[in-house]
Amino acid sequence: MNSGYVLQQIVNGLILGSMYALVAIGFSMIYGIIRLINFAHGDIVMIGAFATLGLMQLKQVPFFVIALAVLGCGAMVGMVIERGAFRPMRGAPQVTGFIASLAVSIMIQNLGILFLTAQPRNFSFPAYMQRLIHWGPVSFRVVDAAIIVTTVLLMLMLLAIVYRTRLGVAMRATAENMDVARLMGININRAIWATFAIGSALAGIAGLMWGGKFGQIDPLLGYVPGLKAFIAAVIGGVGSISGAMLGGFLLGLAEVLFVGLLPPIYAAYRDAFVFSTLIVMLLLLPNGLLGRASEERA
Amino acid sequence: MMPNDNRRLILLLFAIAAGAAGIGLMRGMLNDYLLSIFNFVGIYIILAVSLNITNGFTGLFSLGHPAFMAIGGYVTAILTLPLMRKSMFLPDLPAWLAVVELPLLPALVIGGMLAALTAMLIGLPVLRLRGHYLAVATMGFLIIVQVLITNGDRFTRGPLGLNGLPAMTTLWWVYPWVLLTIYTAWKIKFSSFGRSLLAIRENEMAAQALGINLFFSRIGALAIGAFFAGIAGGLWAHLITAITPGSFSLIMAFYIVVMVVVGGSGSITGSIAGAIIVSLLTEVFRPIEEALNVYGMGEVVMALILILILVFRPEGLFGDREPAIFSPRPNFPTGRAPNKIKGE
Repeated sequence: MNSGYVLQQIVNGLILGSMYALVAIGFSMIYGIIRLINFAHGDIVMIGAFATLGLMQLKQVPFFVIALAVLGCGAMVGMVIERGAFRPMRGAPQVTGFIASLAVSIMIQNLGILFLTAQPRNFSFPAYMQRLIHWGPVSFRVVDAAIIVTTVLLMLMLLAIVYRTRLGVAMRATAENMDVARLMGININRAIWATFAIGSALAGIAGLMWGGKFGQIDPLLGYVPGLKAFIAAVIGGVGSISGAMLGGFLLGLAEVLFVGLLPPIYAAYRDAFVFSTLIVMLLLLPNGLLGRASEERA
Repeated sequence: MMPNDNRRLILLLFAIAAGAAGIGLMRGMLNDYLLSIFNFVGIYIILAVSLNITNGFTGLFSLGHPAFMAIGGYVTAILTLPLMRKSMFLPDLPAWLAVVELPLLPALVIGGMLAALTAMLIGLPVLRLRGHYLAVATMGFLIIVQVLITNGDRFTRGPLGLNGLPAMTTLWWVYPWVLLTIYTAWKIKFSSFGRSLLAIRENEMAAQALGINLFFSRIGALAIGAFFAGIAGGLWAHLITAITPGSFSLIMAFYIVVMVVVGGSGSITGSIAGAIIVSLLTEVFRPIEEALNVYGMGEVVMALILILILVFRPEGLFGDREPAIFSPRPNFPTGRAPNKIKGE
C-alpha cells in the first residue's frame, strides 16, 4: 500500500463525498426550516438521473442546457412534494412528517417501477467526459473532475443565495423562528417552498452526477444516496448548510477509505460501518460537528 | 364481579370458541392459497399489535421491527432445521448448534427471547434518542442487522437464505399467538405499567416527576414489542418455508407502520383492523399487478392512502381508543380525549 494508492482513494472519496454533500445540503436545509426528516429527498436524485437520461436521448441538446433543465426538474419535483404532502401537515407532530416522507419515497420509487420498469438502464455520458486524466499517481475521468468542480460552484452559489439575497434572509428567518418570521411580514410559505426548490434542485443535479459516475440507473437508486445524505447531514449537524457540506465530504472519504484500506473481507460491511457511525454520532455528538445545540435530540 | 366484567368474559370465551370453530372449519374448507392468506393476516396482526406497544403506547417511533423479526426468524429456522439439511446448508456451525433440532414451540420462544434480548442491548444506547432521531437510529439498526445476516454465512447461509424449512406454521400455530399478543397488549394498556407508558408518551417530564422510571419503561416496551416480532418472524419463516435477509427490509417496516397508523396508534383494536385492511389490500393488488403488468401499483396506492390518512385523519380509524363494547368498565377511559395536535 503506497502513498499513491492512498491518494487515489482520497480523490475517489472526494468525488463520492461531493455527491453526498449536494444531497445532504438540501436535506439539511429542509430539516432546518420545518424540522422535517425528508426521506423522499434521495428519490429526487433518482428523478434527476432519469431526467438526464431522457434529455440525453435528444441528441442536439448541449450538455449545459441539460444540467440546467435537471436543476429545474429537481426544483419542480421538490415544490410539488412540499405542496402536496408536507404543507397540509404542517404543525403536526414531527414523526407524522417523517412517516409521510417515507410514504412519498415509496410512492416515487414505485411510480418509477410502474412507468420505467425496475430494469436498470445504461447511462453513458459523451465520450469526452469519459476520458481518463493522469496526474502523477492519481487518475480520474473528466466527469469526476466535473463533479467536484460543479459541486463547489453550486455550493458557492447556494451560500450567495442564502446569505446575500432577500429570499435567503427570509429562509433563514423562517428557520430561526417561524412564528416571529410570519409576524415580521415574511411569507413563510414562499420561504419554505424556496428551500424545497433549492434543496431538491441540488439533489436532482446529484442524480445527473450519480448516473455519470456509476453508469447505470434504476428507479430504486435514490435509496442509498438518500440515507447517506442523511448521515452526512447528521455528522455535520442537521440544519447547518456548511455542516452538510463538511459531513458529505467526510462521509465519502470515510466510506472509500474504509473499503480501500482495510482487508477486502470487510468491504461487505460498508453499510454496517456507515450506520454504526450514524448511531454513534447521534449518541455522542447529537448536534454534529457544526450544528447548534438548540433543541432536544437526545 | 361486576356485570360488565361478566359480559367481557363471555364475549372473550365466545370469541375464542368461534375462532377455534372457524379455524377448524377453514382448514377443512379452504384451499391452501386462502389458508396462507389467513396465516399472513394473523402474523401481520402480531406484528402490528406488538409494534403498537412500542410506537403507539410509549411513543417510541421504532422502524426496527423487521430487524427483531429477522432475528427471531433466523434463530427459529436454525433451531428447527432438520439435521440433514443443516449439515448441508451450514457446515460451519459450532458443534453444539449443529446437533440441535427442536420442535417449533421452544424454537419460537428462544427466537422471541433473543429478539427481546437484542432489543434490550440496542435499547440501552439508542433509547436515549427522541422522536425521529430514534426512528432513524432504529432504521440504522435494521440495516446493520441486514448486513450482518447477509455476511454471516456461517449461521445464515448469507444472501441465499435458508430454504426447505419444515412447513410447520398453521392456523393453529398463528392464532393462539395472535391471541396471546392481543391479550398481552391489552393487559399492558390497562395496567399501571401501561399507564406509565402512556404517560411517557404524553409528557416525559411530568411522567418522570410522578416517579415513573423512564428508562426501564422504555426498554420494557421495546423488548416486549421485539419478543412478539421475533415470534412473528419464526412463524413467518415456517409459513413460507424459507428465510432470506431481503425479506426484512425497510418496506416491511413501512407496511407495519402503515398498519399501526391506519388503525390509530395506541389502539389495539385499531392495529388489528389496520393489519387486516393493509394485508388484505396487498393480496388484492397482487393479482391485479400481475395480470395488468403494473408492478408497483399496490405500493403507490398504499402510500397514497397513508398520506391521505395523515392529512385528513391523523389519529387513524380508532384514535388511541378501544370500542366501548370492550371497555373494562362503563366510561373507563380507553384512550386520551380528543386528539390534540402539538404545534411547533
